[in-house]
Amino acid sequence: MELDDLYRDVILDHNRHPRNFGPLDGADASVEGFNPMCGDRLTVRLKMAGDTIADIRFEGQGCAISTASASLMTEAVKGRSRADALGLFGRVHEMLTDDEASGEELGKLAALSGVREFPARVKCASLCWHTLASALRSPDPQHPAAVSTE
Amino acid sequence: MKNIALRQEIKFDVRSIREDFPVLARVIHGKPLAYLDNGASAQQPDSVIAAVDDYVRRHHANIHRGVHTLSQEATALYEAARDRVMEFIHARSRHEVIFVRGTTEAINLVAQSYARPRLTGGDEVLITYLEHHANIVPWQMVCEQTGAKLVVAPMDESGEIHAEAVEALMSDRTRVFACAHVSNALGTVLPVKRLMASAKARGIVTLVDGAQAVPHMSVDVQDLDCDFYAFSGHKLFAPTGIGALYGRESILERMAPWQGGGDMILAVTFGKTTYNALPYKFEAGTPNIAGTVGLGSAIAYLQAMDLAGARAHEHALLAYATDVLGQIDGLRIVGTAREKASLVSFVVAGVHPHDLGTILDEDGIAVRTGHHCAMPVMDYFRLAGTARASFAFYNTFGEIDRLAAGIRRSRSIFA
Repeated sequence: MELDDLYRDVILDHNRHPRNFGPLDGADASVEGFNPMCGDRLTVRLKMAGDTIADIRFEGQGCAISTASASLMTEAVKGRSRADALGLFGRVHEMLTDDEASGEELGKLAALSGVREFPARVKCASLCWHTLASALRSPDPQHPAAVSTE
Repeated sequence: MKNIALRQEIKFDVRSIREDFPVLARVIHGKPLAYLDNGASAQQPDSVIAAVDDYVRRHHANIHRGVHTLSQEATALYEAARDRVMEFIHARSRHEVIFVRGTTEAINLVAQSYARPRLTGGDEVLITYLEHHANIVPWQMVCEQTGAKLVVAPMDESGEIHAEAVEALMSDRTRVFACAHVSNALGTVLPVKRLMASAKARGIVTLVDGAQAVPHMSVDVQDLDCDFYAFSGHKLFAPTGIGALYGRESILERMAPWQGGGDMILAVTFGKTTYNALPYKFEAGTPNIAGTVGLGSAIAYLQAMDLAGARAHEHALLAYATDVLGQIDGLRIVGTAREKASLVSFVVAGVHPHDLGTILDEDGIAVRTGHHCAMPVMDYFRLAGTARASFAFYNTFGEIDRLAAGIRRSRSIFA
């Protein structure tokens, strides 16, 4: 276990300067994710164009892993279809929990692969994805269920 | 070098005390363990581990009513632990000591068995702002069940609870007042003795959550004059799953049992059950006998050690940590009450407590990060969480230096 492997430059950069951070006017869906273990909260907001994520932004307070993961996620899913984004969530989740999954094909998201060596921190990285998935899966995007990691 | 001058030299042999606690010899990620999470759970000395081991290997049987040798031995060990607890907290009688799983169960017992049948709409339960969830939620539940109202006494920005502010909320509607002896999130020591007297003068029944107090100070329930006092064994160098509730005998006598089952009865027919006497009325089912033996042994360990020296050492650790951490740029200590037990809660600018916890763990340093089961306290300070270093008498000044170095390292990672 190496700290450098957890706090890679990409993570530190996205923590310091989170992308797509802030409110999103006219959002089609807004979901709050909550990690009761640490008290971290984030809100993911989406604008859909048909089945495509036209815009996505997030807000909230969290640790470096959770902030960077949310920032990287918004970059990765913008412009993707619903199914495509959910498929990506599956592969990210695999990378975070499965030693065999290198995450190489995931591009920048692979920066999070070090998290799997720190089991207590996996939820920090996955909170934003669970929150996004709830928004995408909800039959009523205006009233999706809030998400908790517990 | 300024730091070294701050170390108060206490005549207390930490090195030999540390040898009593086998886990302290562990190496974590290549570094010696610095265990600074005693507020969550303290470590156990060899003597406690041996007492539990001996009980399991040689004496285990179910207690009470057994005529065979092992049952009598197990009963004697179990009841001897009750006597230890009675002495330790200065209860009047062994009837006033009820074994429970821990502080949480103790408070739930009082909420459900004392408060629930007695509260009605218009009544109030008074607590304070800095309570652990275990001293909030059981009262919320009983208020929901009875229509009573939960009233919360304020805290100031240093994390202190002022007696006048609490007293101002005590009225003829207040039926129960429950408060921490020591705050787990901030370390604040509450003016419990005065608050108990104020409540008593108004006929209010009182409960003290002593979970964070018993490891750090002598507790005398008669001197405090509280009606209930709750604590957990595992914060007192004993195993998990065992704790004790002190209750004033005259009140316990009037309370109905909380749980029904074996051991809490004298006679059972399908028509009627006669409850057992105190304290057994509140100890339904086979208890955690091994844990109880461990608790008795932990108290014996404390009674045999230089407790005055231990307490002085803990205070020196607190003073040192407050100074050393206070010198770190961007670090803010949360909870600056004048009287504190030996723990320091803090936040570091630019470093989330959770990241700090991971970085410190890589250095072998165990601290707790998060809301410490005191979310209202975190909300008050508008924080999602803090990092908390909580000390026991086996901690060293060197460990605090390592903590400070780890915090500085975390600052450089996120700079």
